[in-house]
Amino acid sequence: MFALTHDPIDVAAVTAAATRPEFGAVLVFLGVTRDSFEGREVTELAYEAYEPMAVAALQAIGDEIAERWPGAATAIVHRLGVVPVSEPTVVIATGTPHRAACYEANRYAIEALKERVPIWKKEIYADGSAWKANAPAADG
Amino acid sequence: MAKVTVRWFAMLRERRGTDTEIVSIEEGATAEAVYARLCPDEASGGLKVGYAVNEAMVPGGTALSDGDEVVFLPPVGGG
Repeated sequence: MFALTHDPIDVAAVTAAATRPEFGAVLVFLGVTRDSFEGREVTELAYEAYEPMAVAALQAIGDEIAERWPGAATAIVHRLGVVPVSEPTVVIATGTPHRAACYEANRYAIEALKERVPIWKKEIYADGSAWKANAPAADG
Repeated sequence: MAKVTVRWFAMLRERRGTDTEIVSIEEGATAEAVYARLCPDEASGGLKVGYAVNEAMVPGGTALSDGDEVVFLPPVGGG
């Protein structure tokens, strides 16, 4: 499952898409909207995507994970449109036979997504707005 | 002259006031040259964009052809 949606993300469905009988580990990461940026109150966030390329890029991340961690399954759904604070904007589920690979694969997925999937974020403040690019992993 | 379809996103969409535009270009003009012509302030102001032609990432020096769909991708912010 690699998809974009304007609706709240169905976390259970994403989880199920990365679950297999042979897996001992399934990890679900929620990227959630935060209520402040450098002291400014964020009231909501708005996301948009170049949709065909974004879906293809999510699929490519899944393919890379299957190659690096053989047998791993990945499902990623990213939300678009206006997302209120504290709601998931992205849900990434990874499943593997053993837990160590599961953590590594899930981290790989979010870092790759933040680096190259064509999705853009606008932070809307009480007193303005700004398009925000992702910071490198150490600050993200 | 050739015509390409440019799709705009994020701050570039707001700046152009539209999400899709048909643009006339010199045959063989490169993606980065078209970006510099359409968005001179952003190009000279250091907004680094990626270039996509027909849904594939390409180098900025890629020559555009009639009928291409072109996107100048600002730095991404998903996740």
